[in-house]
Amino acid sequence: MLLLIAGALAVLSVRNLFVATMLLGIVSFTMALIFISLDAVDVAFTEAAVGAGISTVLYIGTLALVGSQEREKSKFAPGPLAVCLAVGAVLYYATYEMPRYGQPDNPVHTHVAPRYIEDSPTEIGVPNMVTSVLASYRGYDTFGETTVIFTAGIGVLLILRQRRRRKKEVTTEDPPLRDGKGGSISGLGSAHDLVPHVISKLLVPFIFVFALYVQFHGDYGPGGGFQAGVIFAAGIILYALVFGLDFARAVVNEKAILFLISAGVLLYGGVGVVSMLLGGNFLDYNVLSSDPVAGQHLGILLVELGVGITVTAAMLAIFYAFVGRPELLIETSTNAEQPGKERN
Amino acid sequence: MTALSSQFPIIVAIVPLLAAPICALFRGTTLPWAITTIISGITFYVSIQLMIAVIQGGPISYELGGWAPPWGIEYVVDLLSGFMLILISAISTGVLLFSRESITREVPDHQLGLFFAAYLLALTGMLGICITGDAFNVFVFLEIMSLSSYALIAMGANEDRRALTAAFQYLIIGTVGASFYLIGVGLIYMMTGTLNIADIAARFPEIEGARPILAAAGFIVIGLAIKLALFPFHVWLPNSYTYAPSIITAFFAGTATKVGVYLLIRFIFTVFGVNYSFGGLELTDILLPLAVLGFLSMSVVAIYQTNIKRLLAYSSVAQLGYIILGIALASESGLMATIVHIFNHAIVKSGLFLSVGCMFYVAGSVYLKDLHGIGRRMPVTTFGFVLGGLGLIGVPLTPGFISKWYLVVASIEHGGVIGYGLVALLMVSSLLAVIYIWRVVEVAYFRDIPEGAEKKEAPLSMLVPTWLFIAASFYFGIETTFNVGIAKATAAFLMGGS
Amino acid sequence: MSFGFFNYWIFIILLMIGLYTVMSRSNLVKKMIGLSLFQISVFLFYISMGKIDGGTAPIVVETGADGMAPVYSNPLPHVLILTAIVVGIATTALGLSLVVRIRETFGTIDEDEILEMEDKD
Repeated sequence: MLLLIAGALAVLSVRNLFVATMLLGIVSFTMALIFISLDAVDVAFTEAAVGAGISTVLYIGTLALVGSQEREKSKFAPGPLAVCLAVGAVLYYATYEMPRYGQPDNPVHTHVAPRYIEDSPTEIGVPNMVTSVLASYRGYDTFGETTVIFTAGIGVLLILRQRRRRKKEVTTEDPPLRDGKGGSISGLGSAHDLVPHVISKLLVPFIFVFALYVQFHGDYGPGGGFQAGVIFAAGIILYALVFGLDFARAVVNEKAILFLISAGVLLYGGVGVVSMLLGGNFLDYNVLSSDPVAGQHLGILLVELGVGITVTAAMLAIFYAFVGRPELLIETSTNAEQPGKERN
Repeated sequence: MTALSSQFPIIVAIVPLLAAPICALFRGTTLPWAITTIISGITFYVSIQLMIAVIQGGPISYELGGWAPPWGIEYVVDLLSGFMLILISAISTGVLLFSRESITREVPDHQLGLFFAAYLLALTGMLGICITGDAFNVFVFLEIMSLSSYALIAMGANEDRRALTAAFQYLIIGTVGASFYLIGVGLIYMMTGTLNIADIAARFPEIEGARPILAAAGFIVIGLAIKLALFPFHVWLPNSYTYAPSIITAFFAGTATKVGVYLLIRFIFTVFGVNYSFGGLELTDILLPLAVLGFLSMSVVAIYQTNIKRLLAYSSVAQLGYIILGIALASESGLMATIVHIFNHAIVKSGLFLSVGCMFYVAGSVYLKDLHGIGRRMPVTTFGFVLGGLGLIGVPLTPGFISKWYLVVASIEHGGVIGYGLVALLMVSSLLAVIYIWRVVEVAYFRDIPEGAEKKEAPLSMLVPTWLFIAASFYFGIETTFNVGIAKATAAFLMGGS
Repeated sequence: MSFGFFNYWIFIILLMIGLYTVMSRSNLVKKMIGLSLFQISVFLFYISMGKIDGGTAPIVVETGADGMAPVYSNPLPHVLILTAIVVGIATTALGLSLVVRIRETFGTIDEDEILEMEDKD
């Protein structure tokens, strides 16, 4: 716990952004461990995969494009500090009448939750209660969550795939800084190193198998569509890092990704629509099969698959967009040489 | 198979949501636009049907996944949310009708599919927030709306690079606001053990004295104040509205902040209840000064702007001051004024931003210095702008007059020095509005047209929707049964239902 | 780790650090990092309230060897936070892509410098 605070303070004070990113990853990972000790295995799994994994990759991808040194010596800011202290004070004030931590008779544990704990095994028939709440009782939230990921994918594509249409002065501006690594972007991977190639070739299939396991085992143990999607994407990202972006693109190209992001959302929504057509409410899995429990099973399986597909594709889309950005710029600046092509 | 109409509550939110991924797959200029417009039209139709059903049969509840609340998520349509649904879908449809010519100018063709997908997602988010009866589901849809709006605002970067920083600033502030909301909901959940809004409201009296609830109320009100750009949390709004593409500004000006107001009303009146909000929390003492400061200072700031979009954006913050003032007065007539003004301001402001969109289409700039003599270059557009401006000021027979009238009534009802002081301040603020609108009028009609500027109107496909908004605003300024009638019923419902 | 409100205090401190980073730093990437910290702290808050002393992860298991039915921690906050984590990563991705574009068009990611340049525009 104290490690968290130390880590966070270090993040605040370190001026090298690269180090700060790493520290953030460590904080996330520590947080994941704490989540395990708090019985939240699913959350821990996700936090480790997302907080310590994907978001670190994104930060590094960004830093490669923007440079990693903070400029001036950071100054002391009394205004923000006062605001923070005020916010903290309000919360601290609130803790005094909070229900004590860990007591089973807290309102949190007595009002809505017991139904999930006691009845979900019979109503839904899935041992992992997190999965049953996630995909069924509050399945609509999860649909929203899938949409959030979809939105992020769309948003990043909108922002980063935008070719510049400005006049020449802007396009000839210096290409983005890339710290450390030189060379062309397509050669992002290390083309000549045998060891990483062999290892990753061995590793990638296992990652995919593991992802599939997490995907379909989410009913029984921790895991589910979201975690599986992240792992799957991580496998492909690893592949891209070692062999270069072009190879990864050969495996899954961008058009297919866009199609897949949409397909996942549509699959999830489609399950909902089908249950509506069968006479239930939106996302009412009971009607999917003659036996409600079997219907729940089928429904959860399908929506988790939808989540998995969207998450994988969206993560890849975001990754491609970041890594492929400099390439796009080079393309456009050559295009911009031909006058009057883009405007109008 | 159940009757289709029993599924209407979910259809409103789900149709645009499912259309978004389909839209993202299409390329070309016409198809995504056509899909989006049709979808938005459908939501408008369904919203009206829902409202009719609510008026006839009382609030509608819809259980998602077939799970009864509070275990499952519930959709609730009552007068207030039905009203918001109609408003949002109507504005969205009108703006979309306008958008075709305008957006092909401002966004590259190959991105239109994605652009309209993001637009549909923003629409989904807003509708979802208004219709859901679950406090956490609100957060999810709030984020759908916010994330898509960050991306949409950033699309203005094709015209002005400052759109990027505006979007980034909005992203930071907006996320902090949403997280505050999340903390507030967490605290409430901690004390009540439930996330369903009706259920929280039912359990609220038992725990309303507790400190965590006080903190929760604080976090939620501040988080929402950030989202709805209440002065002094408005810093993100002027930049975002100024640099976003024209139609996005018109759409958001009419809807995005209003959704925040909706949530604030929902929490203050439905969840916390009037007694707690204004008895325990003393919200009047907090919101009233902010509202007054907001509409005075922002009107003054608006006078000094050189960019019409920015001018209107500051005016929006000022108008939000009026809206919050109505809430702060904590009376039925105050609340009614708020609801009427949400409606009127949304229509007028969208109309104004659309007419600015027309000017931008022809003149290629929204800076006053480039718009000299625009009133003679584009007489139809500019006349629309002036009429809208009159509505903003609150001249009799315009919609603005109706809402100001009710605000004045509510202030007098409040009574005492504060009440009459408020009336005076409202007058002052209206005068300020006269000044900033006059600045545009002066530039538009009393300056010479620059050399070489052609005299040309915007295409009909843009002019007609713009005038639709302006005409609608006048229609509702004169024939007030719809807006005032519903506002009255809603206010009574909210005050009585708590 | 179950004494009193320790978890909540950690949450408050983390939240303050995150918020301070967001507000005081002018580097845009640093701001995003602060925002991530801020969001992570909220996760801790939710998960803490779902914990029951002596509880176990909310996955159905056979009755324990001692014959006692297991006590499960509350699954609902876990679900909420799963969603919130997703929202967090979505925000991070969008924010960082904006940073990349800002770096390209302005040539810097320092807020103060950008503000100076904007005034000249």
